[in-house]
Amino acid sequence: MRRPWLFYSQFAFTIGVCTFLIVPVIMSMMAGITENFFLGIKSGVTLRWVYEVLDLYLDTIYLSLLIAVICLIVTLILGIPTAYVLAKKSGRWARMFEEFLVLPVAIPGLAIALALIVTYGGFRDFRTSWGFILVGHVLYTLPFMVRSVLAVLSSTDFQTLEESAASLGASFWQRFFGIIIPNCRSGILAGSLMVVTLSVGEFNLTWMLHTPLTKTLPVGLADSYASMRLEIGSAYTLVFLIMILPLLIGLQMFGTSKERKPAVPDEDPSEQANQQEIAR
Amino acid sequence: MSDLKDQGTAINLLSCAKTFAGGVQALEPLDLEIAGGETVVLLGPSGCGKTTTLRIIAGLEEPDPGGRVMFGDDDVTRLPIEKRKIGMVFQSYALFPNMTVRENIAYGLMVRRMPKPDIDRRVGEMLEMMHIGDLEFRRIDQLSGGQCQRVALARAIAVQPRVLLLDEPLTALDAILRTRLRVEIDQLLRRLGITAVYVTHDQGEAMSLGDRIVVMSRGRVEQIGTPRDIYYKPNNDFVAEFIGTINRLRGIARGDHVEVAGASLPWSANRSGGEVEILFRPENVTISNLKSAHLKGNVVTSFFQGDRTKLILDGLGERQVIIETTDRVEFIAGQEIGFRIDPDSMIILNT
Repeated sequence: MRRPWLFYSQFAFTIGVCTFLIVPVIMSMMAGITENFFLGIKSGVTLRWVYEVLDLYLDTIYLSLLIAVICLIVTLILGIPTAYVLAKKSGRWARMFEEFLVLPVAIPGLAIALALIVTYGGFRDFRTSWGFILVGHVLYTLPFMVRSVLAVLSSTDFQTLEESAASLGASFWQRFFGIIIPNCRSGILAGSLMVVTLSVGEFNLTWMLHTPLTKTLPVGLADSYASMRLEIGSAYTLVFLIMILPLLIGLQMFGTSKERKPAVPDEDPSEQANQQEIAR
Repeated sequence: MSDLKDQGTAINLLSCAKTFAGGVQALEPLDLEIAGGETVVLLGPSGCGKTTTLRIIAGLEEPDPGGRVMFGDDDVTRLPIEKRKIGMVFQSYALFPNMTVRENIAYGLMVRRMPKPDIDRRVGEMLEMMHIGDLEFRRIDQLSGGQCQRVALARAIAVQPRVLLLDEPLTALDAILRTRLRVEIDQLLRRLGITAVYVTHDQGEAMSLGDRIVVMSRGRVEQIGTPRDIYYKPNNDFVAEFIGTINRLRGIARGDHVEVAGASLPWSANRSGGEVEILFRPENVTISNLKSAHLKGNVVTSFFQGDRTKLILDGLGERQVIIETTDRVEFIAGQEIGFRIDPDSMIILNT
């Protein structure tokens, strides 16, 4: 069958857009391993810049990872019970709370950061610790955790599962940890990857909340772009991408809903014949 | 498996009503005594309060203040479901998808902290009893509907519950499997001697499983009785209509007979005046010659069903009349036939 011209024009358009988006990323990564950006790749390939980044900004990478992990722990502890309660309650207040929870995503990060500074900036020790950044990250990422766990809970009849566990004698905590959590594993996993990815890459909020001693990777990146050689900034981007890509791939793998297996046919034919006999 | 045998715990509901938030009364105050080892079926259309009653017994709903639930001599009204020592089977099976068949059956024993060797023995017994030994290590999504229901039953029985509650356990299955599992459940309940409460909207299931049937509608009990009582002596026209097929004709009482559709039927009550309703089942008539017939009608359609023929008649009032005969005669549409109603099985209600 011959494909119509429309297909080819659409194909070309798609490739064009992809190229437009991907080429800068590749260019940037190339720049990070080029001896001299202005001379181009023919000046030689080197890992010098990457080492320099690690030398200058290793603490920002550590801090980013530390904040991401703790942010994940906090959102797990807060987010799963919140999603559970929201899935259980069907009232107007529950829906309002759900909307309320998403506000930090809708409001510009700068505004949230400013609000945090205005409210808690006076507590000096807190203001100057990375805990201040953590609070911002938790605020920003919590809805993603709640949403993805809630989505899984709403798609399963977890109430009946819980009732049946209760009928078998399981206490609330036995039900929660033995039935609820294992059965929304896919949502928890998707939410976790989302939270870590967002936390590692978060810039808006973090830029406002950071102090010279509490810089995360993206803040450091901005800093290096502003004050360092272009090659160092590019190498930094490379490091960032290497960190974040596995998370994004994981997100794609677990985030897309798993396809259900086809239903098993009901028993074998010999049994069917037997059943018909009994049916009479 | 003699340890499975149980004397059975009696269940006693004392004026249990249920009003849901928003003021909807799902259940009017209900008193129900269920003897130890008895199987009681709660039967009725959706929204009749049968599931609410079951959930009150289970401890998933609390009755309105004043209502009490007794298991034997224990007042369990305030006990949550997990402390009531019941077994429950759900329409959707509610098997745990994160566990294998074996883990599902073992779950109730595990949360009770039973020693591992005892769990293994008990699970083995259950697998054997429900004929699902070869499914032991399957995941739940690898089971068919019938297999799921067997696992759900095994799981509920494994914990040796005081009472077994079944919430429309066969509704999600196809007709053939339903009949087969109905037989299995019946044998199982007899063998265990366990007190069982079974909720269904299927009258066939109710008749074959129940020692007694509680017919409910709109949150009220319409009749409590053995399947025979319910079928032969329905209290009112709701019960009569709900159980099996029944014909209804309007008539006027005239002393020792009732005038119906231009003919007269014998009546023992001997009371004159007033409209009455005559109810009779399709199988309680005999075709007779036109002269000695109680009633005459014209055949609209006839369905040959092998052992009997089902006839739909008109000319007997606004509604068509359905009768059944085992006569080996072919009936033609339009033919006028006469039939007699067995006077013992005729039900006459005042309107």
